[in-house]
Amino acid sequence: MLQFLIRRLIGAVVIMFLIGAFTFFLFYTVPQDFAALSCGKNCSPENLAVIRENLGLDKPITTQFWEFMSGIVAGRDFPQGHCSAPCLGVSFDSGNFVWDSIVDRFPLTLSLTVGGLVIFLTLGLGSGLLAAWKRGTVIDKLVSGASIVLSSFQIYLLGPIVLGILVYSTGIMENPKYHPFTENPATWALGLLIPWAVMATIFTAQYTRMSRSTMIEQLQEEHVRTARAKGMSQRFVFFRYAWRGSLIPIVTILGIDLSALLGGAVVTEFTFDLPGLGRLAVDSSLTKDLPLTMGIMLFGAFFILILNIIVDLAYAYIDPRVRLS
Amino acid sequence: MTSPIKAEDSGSAAVLDPELAATTENAVAKGEKQPEGRSPGQLMWQRFKRDRTGVVSACVVIFFFVVAACAPLIAKLYGKNPYTLYAQEPDYPFLLDDFAMPTGSFGGMSGDFWFGVEPKLGRDVFTMLLYGMRTSLYMAVVVTTLCVVTGVVIGMVMGYFGGRVDYWMGRVTDFFLAFPQQLFFIAFMPVVTAMFVSPADETPTYLRAVAIILVMWFLGWMGLARLVRSSVLSLADREFVEAAKVSGASPWRIVRKEILPNIVTPILVQATYILPSTILTIAFLSFIGVGFVEPTPDWGRMFAVGADVYEQDPMFMFFPGVALVTFVLAFNLLGDSVRDAFDPKTGR
Repeated sequence: MLQFLIRRLIGAVVIMFLIGAFTFFLFYTVPQDFAALSCGKNCSPENLAVIRENLGLDKPITTQFWEFMSGIVAGRDFPQGHCSAPCLGVSFDSGNFVWDSIVDRFPLTLSLTVGGLVIFLTLGLGSGLLAAWKRGTVIDKLVSGASIVLSSFQIYLLGPIVLGILVYSTGIMENPKYHPFTENPATWALGLLIPWAVMATIFTAQYTRMSRSTMIEQLQEEHVRTARAKGMSQRFVFFRYAWRGSLIPIVTILGIDLSALLGGAVVTEFTFDLPGLGRLAVDSSLTKDLPLTMGIMLFGAFFILILNIIVDLAYAYIDPRVRLS
Repeated sequence: MTSPIKAEDSGSAAVLDPELAATTENAVAKGEKQPEGRSPGQLMWQRFKRDRTGVVSACVVIFFFVVAACAPLIAKLYGKNPYTLYAQEPDYPFLLDDFAMPTGSFGGMSGDFWFGVEPKLGRDVFTMLLYGMRTSLYMAVVVTTLCVVTGVVIGMVMGYFGGRVDYWMGRVTDFFLAFPQQLFFIAFMPVVTAMFVSPADETPTYLRAVAIILVMWFLGWMGLARLVRSSVLSLADREFVEAAKVSGASPWRIVRKEILPNIVTPILVQATYILPSTILTIAFLSFIGVGFVEPTPDWGRMFAVGADVYEQDPMFMFFPGVALVTFVLAFNLLGDSVRDAFDPKTGR
């Protein structure tokens, strides 16, 4: 277990380094003058020179890369002051440290992702299970039909409709708003309820279909039939034999879907006008604030790698045949 | 047919053939039922024709493509275009009210504007939708083709050559899979556009299209490459491939004539899933504002406007929404049907 974790973490560090290197060289070898970019349209040559020096753009690119990388591990000094350990540089646009901007915005995105994940896994697996259990009945047809239609919907489509019903016309709920979890968990949950529900609906639909079909496949397996033939109760066989087996392909897909989940959080932020990491990424991308964009990109990659390791651990827990070492 | 004893009697192989032909002819003449030979393609087509959902969704998908291809023609017959701000035209004085929202019920639907008018700018929704469909479909077809071709080539190379080539290309594939896709698109759009055009200048639409295609192509081929690799690996040890190798066929010929025909099915099924997801990704990019911008007609941009004005004018979202859901739904169902028709063993 510990060995597995260490090995995976080393792997994650290597991948992060490669992604960092790839992004850095692609960003910084683009035949564009960054100093001119961050300076704006009416820029004096003196300003340009100052900016160039501040950003370290006058040094050779390998030096810049080395400074960037060592900054992440050990921190680095800027004219604005010292930028401590996970230092991702300074934003062209605002002059703030990239890491601080990310930490400021990340809690909302994390709340959206994790909350959405918990909801859609519970609902998706549950309804898929129900449909497989009642296979061929009205319930099954209803659940399957709804999941096919809903999986073709999009967050930016469903979001305004739900807002229109619950907020604009009836006023049952308030407009979604983010309150930090540490402040008051109740208002935190209430404020994010609509975004969670909308985001989870789209994913739930896909996971219902998947969980239903893997469950049906599992129920036709021989070990399940043997268990039934031995006289075990239907319920026991269903949950302890078939369900556990059906989770394995779902967890595999979940590992692949994690980056789509982060994308879903980005769309959700835009649909409900919430100031999260996705908004920051798009704003920085539009203003061509490259250090900030790159920082968010690396941070997102790191986040997904960590989630992936957690998913792999879950994998080993569900399927004892998978050895971690 | 010819028994072995008979064949032995007939002496040499040269005489065997005409005799065999004769007996077969006899059997046909007697009216005995011959097992009819059908290619896998024919079998698939037969199964597909029986699947009503599949046929209907195929029709819907074809309808969308035809409409997109004929968009300029339809717009000409209809007499409007997606760029004109009709609210400023003297012919339509009362198109928008004081709050720049469409006058009249249902988002300003009328005989002149079938699907209503856009709030604020007063453009025609029907033609915007048509041309938006055109943008999405053209882009999606290009991206899907590029991704499929790249994925197939890379997967083939990995699976066929194996060994060190396979290992290192596999690592590269894993590396690209580790990228957070949507964030990558957001981050790299300005960089890729900056490669072609100075940031101070206006980016022309076609360059935006090229940038979107490049960015999506870059991270779109890995899934298919993996799929092709594993299919090729399972085929490479089969007898017919070995036979081809022994008979001295070149690798190119083996790949083209022996392996490729056997993996067309999974590739095709995968492609039917890639296309709608590409359309959704393009819409996603335009929705958050890094894809297409004004005045290019695009679905994602219409959703951005629609979400913005939903409180005042919910009808604006209606037609693009229905169009998108219908298209994606039809394409997903079509994908499922194609898969079922090719491989009846896997259930839904």
